Amino acid sequence: MEQSLIFVAGGILMGLGAIGSGVGIGILGGKYLEGVARQPELQPMLMTQLFISLALVDAVPIIAVGISLYMIFAL
Amino acid sequence: MAGEYANSSEYIQHHLTNLTYGRFADGEWGFAHGPEDIAEMGFMSIHVDTMFWSIFLGGLFLAIFTLAARSATAGVPGTLQNICEMAVEFVDDNITQVFGSRPNAIIGPLSLTILVWVFLMNMMDLVPVDWIPYLATMAGIPYMKVVATTDPNATLGMSVSVFLLVLYYNFKIKGPLKFGASLVTHPIPHWSMYWFNFILEFVDMLAKPLSHGLRLFGNLYAGEMIFILIALLPFWAQWALSLPWAIFHILIIALQAFVFMILTIVYLTQAHEVDEH
Repeated sequence: MEQSLIFVAGGILMGLGAIGSGVGIGILGGKYLEGVARQPELQPMLMTQLFISLALVDAVPIIAVGISLYMIFAL
Repeated sequence: MAGEYANSSEYIQHHLTNLTYGRFADGEWGFAHGPEDIAEMGFMSIHVDTMFWSIFLGGLFLAIFTLAARSATAGVPGTLQNICEMAVEFVDDNITQVFGSRPNAIIGPLSLTILVWVFLMNMMDLVPVDWIPYLATMAGIPYMKVVATTDPNATLGMSVSVFLLVLYYNFKIKGPLKFGASLVTHPIPHWSMYWFNFILEFVDMLAKPLSHGLRLFGNLYAGEMIFILIALLPFWAQWALSLPWAIFHILIIALQAFVFMILTIVYLTQAHEVDEH
């Protein structure tokens, strides 16, 4: 029983984290494309900013995946 | 490699344990040989493998850059000089973009060190997870964790050092009075709400080094965790997952080193902004 609860918890942890960051990165990429389409000469600068915010958004789900895999396999 | 352990859980635990040197309950110093020993040592212990790999890679960084600087030519540069110049120029660009051209002797070398050092420490993640621990086991060392940034002590140590620098520059540039004023007057500039502002600013200030260090730790820890899980598969199936994850991980490695550096620059820039209000 307890082991199966951990599986469910890990699944929820990974899934919800992925939903949130999926929406976030989708909006981020869309806005980046819009920005580049308006002012193509700003593309290198926007790319740097994109990567910074991408890494900030990306950190949360990756951490969630790590914690949930730890819960599932090592606990 | 997983065959030597009782089960997969024990294998993962073994790979996530640091080589710890510390004081036992009876007052003697020595290496820990299991989780019970580490729990017994508590605070009086040090992660020897984290210290070794981080200092070794820091020395490697210094050696490479010194070598490149000594043999630098104004003519056609070699590969090493090209790489080092790229790193220096990249850091320089980012600092002029964010920090501007205020006089500060420390931010350039600090950012370059953080970028290359964190990058090298993350890079150890691409070494197959069993090589070095297995060699260490054969040499009689019970635990060996090669990626220093998967140890929160290392990442939080770096972020707290940056935080201390931020405090130092806050006091130096703004002075204690202005710094104190900026703590209590920020969101709502009315004297009756100063206590509320202070709580907000205080939490904000504590969250900065915490999230700064934990972001790097969490990413690398999760990456390492996935590499260890892949290593549990039968050996003929590992490459199918290990290769794509390693290729994706190259991006994460460089990106996290870059983000750690950029956040350092941003925090130091905030400490230098005087005439905001």
